[in-house]
Amino acid sequence: MSKTALQFRHNGRDVAIFVDGGTNLLVALRELIGDMTPKFGCGQGGCGACSVLIDGELHLACLTLAETAAGRSVETLDGLKEGPNLHPLQRAFADNFAAQCGYCTPGMLMAAKALLDRNPQPSRAEVVEAISGNICRCTGYEPIINAVLAAAGNRARA
Amino acid sequence: MAKHRGRGIASINYPIGMNLGGDPSQALVHSNPSGKFTVSLSSIDLGQGMKSVTRQICAETLGVPVEDVYVDTADSDTGPHCMGSFASRGTHRVGNAVMAAAKEARGVMMEAAAEELEVNAADLETDGRGNIHVKGAPHRSISTKDVAIAAQFKQGKTISGRGIFLVPLSDVDPETGEMSPATCYAHACLVAEVEVDDETGDVAMIRMDSAYELGRALNPRLVEQQLVGGAWMGISHTLYETTEPYYPDSSHGPRDFVEYLMPGPGDICPHDIAVLERPAADGPFGAKGPGEMCANPVLPAVANAIFNAVGVRIDELPITPERVLRAIKAQGGAQPQARR
Repeated sequence: MSKTALQFRHNGRDVAIFVDGGTNLLVALRELIGDMTPKFGCGQGGCGACSVLIDGELHLACLTLAETAAGRSVETLDGLKEGPNLHPLQRAFADNFAAQCGYCTPGMLMAAKALLDRNPQPSRAEVVEAISGNICRCTGYEPIINAVLAAAGNRARA
Repeated sequence: MAKHRGRGIASINYPIGMNLGGDPSQALVHSNPSGKFTVSLSSIDLGQGMKSVTRQICAETLGVPVEDVYVDTADSDTGPHCMGSFASRGTHRVGNAVMAAAKEARGVMMEAAAEELEVNAADLETDGRGNIHVKGAPHRSISTKDVAIAAQFKQGKTISGRGIFLVPLSDVDPETGEMSPATCYAHACLVAEVEVDDETGDVAMIRMDSAYELGRALNPRLVEQQLVGGAWMGISHTLYETTEPYYPDSSHGPRDFVEYLMPGPGDICPHDIAVLERPAADGPFGAKGPGEMCANPVLPAVANAIFNAVGVRIDELPITPERVLRAIKAQGGAQPQARR
């Protein structure tokens, strides 16, 4: 099978890779670019662990053809922190004990970022809705919901 | 057709650890020339906080800042033996082993410090901030870093300690059936309120109120995290999850996260938790274990709440809408019980 040349922005940096036809974005990010922050959970859009932003919009990388990203901007958890400084959402997750095993956390953070970017002061119901595509085994969701609301609250005060 | 509210209660008595041929865990503690300490374990931190709590236990026992302790774990090739992370045994079994190892290491550290300060080790104390000084004379002091360097390069001593905690096998008495399967027990009581739709059989969680007695909470935030998440697992096992067998046969079983149902963030309910601390005599700093038991009271409490709401007693898990609906039909309709 012939390979396709593909260029896109990955966390603000231009990347160029060759992909087989049909390669999904999750495989491209993890195996070709080496960004292991989007997680492989179910591979069929049922768990949300692979959530990334494409041009600011939330997508499931496992159900997205890598070629969809051509010429666009892909954001993953790896690009969230600024140097040594955690992103306010990451800080709020830590402060609120919103992670246990951590496998859902990258997807949760990206889903939360997508929400706060378009709705900086969400209601609790809006937070629940925003992360409803993401499964968490450990936390019972409550600490995650509280962390997202805390991050929004911190931003309002800052 | 209507929605019925019901309330159910359940109490549990949870044995910490297990009794299948004895239940041991080991720990090793050693100092590095930098004066920092490494705890070697093979116990797995699944996210429940084993690394944090063993780090706290080690630092507290050694008398050094928690920042000066590193926990290296999860590799059974490099760490000493552990039975594993289950049965709420981590804090109790591994914690006790770490405490024993840290006590032995502290003994060597104090001897090494005594040699440097030219005093009797029995006259020394740690300040918890990385220094060792003569009791009542804080100026006669040496840092744990300098003690580690002296032990390593001058005295030729390893500041290290070994620890094991074993609860031996308790055999069943063949005459009486008597045995002692655990050395300490945690306890919990949970009240669940549900709303049952007698047209669809759907059960919605309305709220939960619980009290847990789990010895001393060594890290209250981690305990809370366990209890909140564990209750969600309890809801999941009660109302959603099952592997096999599946109705009517295994070919109808779930194959992936789309079909294997678990409650999402919209299915949870408010949960008010009270933690009661009654230190265990044989626990590290009085701790028992908040792990597995935090899911347990949810199942009977929800089953009781469903009975209270519509009068049907479901004795199979998970309590799916289909099972509730069949039971309501068999009974000739919902029969709400007296509100409790």
